[in-house]
Amino acid sequence: MPLSSRHLLGLNGVPREDIELILDTAITFREVLDRPIKKVPTLQGKTIVNLFYENSTRTRISFELAQKRLSADTVNFSTSTSSTKKGETFKDTVRNIEAMKLDMIVVRHESAGVPLYLTRISAANIINAGDGLHEHPTQALLDMYSIKERLGKIEGLKVCIVGDVAHSRVALSNIFGLKTMGAQVSVCGPATMIPLGIEKLGVKVYHDINKAISENDVLNVLRIQLERNAGSNIPSTREYHNYYGVTSERIANYNKDIVILHPGPINRGVEISSEVADGPYQVILDQVTNGVAVRMAVLYLLGTMH
Amino acid sequence: MQIVLKNVLLINPVQNLNSKLSLLIEDGIIKKIGDLSEAEIKNSEVIDCDGKIASPGLFDMHVHLREPGREDEETVETGSNAAASGGFTGIACMPNTSPDIDSAETVRFIIEKSKNHLVDVYPVGAATLGRKGEALSPINELFEAGIVAVSDDGVAIKTASILRNVLEYCGMFDLPVIEHCEDPTLANGAMNEGVNSTLLGLHGIPTVAEDLIVMRDIIMAEFTGSRVHIAHISSAKSVEMVREAKKKGIKVTAEVAPHHFTFTDDQIKSYDTNYKMNPPLRTKTDLDEIIKGLKDGTIDCIASDHAPHSIEEKEMEFIYAPNGILGLETQLGIALSELVHKKVLTIEQLIEKLSINPRKILNLPVPKFEVGEAVNLTIIDPDFVWTVDHSQFKSKSKNSPYDKRLLTGKSVAVINNKKMYMNGKFSNI
Repeated sequence: MPLSSRHLLGLNGVPREDIELILDTAITFREVLDRPIKKVPTLQGKTIVNLFYENSTRTRISFELAQKRLSADTVNFSTSTSSTKKGETFKDTVRNIEAMKLDMIVVRHESAGVPLYLTRISAANIINAGDGLHEHPTQALLDMYSIKERLGKIEGLKVCIVGDVAHSRVALSNIFGLKTMGAQVSVCGPATMIPLGIEKLGVKVYHDINKAISENDVLNVLRIQLERNAGSNIPSTREYHNYYGVTSERIANYNKDIVILHPGPINRGVEISSEVADGPYQVILDQVTNGVAVRMAVLYLLGTMH
Repeated sequence: MQIVLKNVLLINPVQNLNSKLSLLIEDGIIKKIGDLSEAEIKNSEVIDCDGKIASPGLFDMHVHLREPGREDEETVETGSNAAASGGFTGIACMPNTSPDIDSAETVRFIIEKSKNHLVDVYPVGAATLGRKGEALSPINELFEAGIVAVSDDGVAIKTASILRNVLEYCGMFDLPVIEHCEDPTLANGAMNEGVNSTLLGLHGIPTVAEDLIVMRDIIMAEFTGSRVHIAHISSAKSVEMVREAKKKGIKVTAEVAPHHFTFTDDQIKSYDTNYKMNPPLRTKTDLDEIIKGLKDGTIDCIASDHAPHSIEEKEMEFIYAPNGILGLETQLGIALSELVHKKVLTIEQLIEKLSINPRKILNLPVPKFEVGEAVNLTIIDPDFVWTVDHSQFKSKSKNSPYDKRLLTGKSVAVINNKKMYMNGKFSNI
């Protein structure tokens, strides 16, 4: 059974069967990653462009590795090496790249909506690797994979997303995906980091981290962007850590069984303490490995659709 | 040349006129109203106006002409052509050109450019030099050169102290101050802030960004006794504040753009940049209050905020695309479809908002249907069903969210300055 769409633009509206198919397929590819020869010929002859208009290290490397392990031909494009700085429009850039004959585009862009726009101007399969504050679907898929790997299920679990939810595409994709999969989703952070109308998505809001820890099975701890937040959304990273930081004391006091996710990169001592980041509750490095497998699954399922 | 408008429904609220009559026009002057003789008809070009309405020429008080500076997007001439095509005989053009309309030379340049056209063009002067909100424009000179209002449109007048001075100074000439009400510290977004901006991952502009400046401006209008006109009102709370201020007798007026009574921010779900404008499309709550405000007279007029943009600039990533859409050639059709045919306004009320009130606000004479008067009118077919086709626009730009939309109601012809525009052509009469 194929996916219901030939693009992965986000998880909003993606049916449960599609998410299950991706997560199940990823199990097979996860196993490939443990082999001595970590490569399969599945996407041989396919050409994929990684179109990155925003800085990214781990997501781009993760996609690139996933593509290489599937034997696809990959090209990277990032703004620092592109013609955008010469004043070429986004549309012209895409048309030029498209003229070189490609099959899939993985796109990251600081403007929400660019992946959808790409589907209108390109014939390739489009995969969203993060658009503005909108969605980052493969991150949410790898988060769900990691939760399932650790706890055996997603349905019925209580998952709380902690941090700057208002400026997070990871949060939004997690909310859509987890809810579709039957989890109860909540968010926790100071009011300045909770976006307007989030309750209308069926999401509970906490302003008390201790309560969030005690009432949930999983915390997905978001990175606090130091440059963006300090002084405006929060008084200081010190105050944030004191009131919202996930520490081993809080876990010991409120919920020793909690599972901690973090999309990275980590600010140790801000949103998460070193002890927790390196401790037994977290699955942070598993997430990174699983990310490659999940992206292989997405690339494979979209790249072999007819 | 003689023209007869045969069996036209003449409507002019300022004359309490609503009668089906025939109109004889000679050399641009009304010669006779009523039953016409065989001879009078025989010697004239007869336009059969059965089922059609003649209104005082429509007036759009919020238009961006882009000249001087961005003649690739619109010029005084193409914007005036678009106005005529949309049924307007007069427009007021906003000062955010390059250079801004903050000198008498630029005012005269625009008036000179518009000479000999059917459409009357009235420049709005910048309230402050370069619309920077720091120093007053030479308002007295601009007034003498022919401006009908001042505005820093694009932004609100920056500080309360400059606003106070602009209002006091303009009070001497009874010039209205047109305000784009938006607190810039709250306005770093690409759409309305709310559940949709959260869902779509776009930074939002909250309605309070508008409300705070509307409140400031109302208070300052009361304090100075001068006139404030709220441009493109979009928030429910702002409408409520204007309503209350009017009850207290404060000299405040307001306009709304058609998109704010037609669309909500649900439209942004397509990330189509033709739905990106400032103020942004709001919610159903705001739209409902705007409809209420149109009905009860809180909102005095409808103005398009006609904002031409080149295709390459508008077809861009959503957060980078410029704000604004075309409006002149769709405004009447939208207003008839959304307001008159849906029984929000009567045709008389619509004519007040599209012709009478904008002229009153700008201290311009309202055309009358009287023998001896110069003809300045719009012939409207309120029931004509048509599909918007942006390739047919007279405007130089194409950025319209109404393309392919089915509308009921259209301008058939306009007459002004001894010129007529009908069937896509201008002629001297």
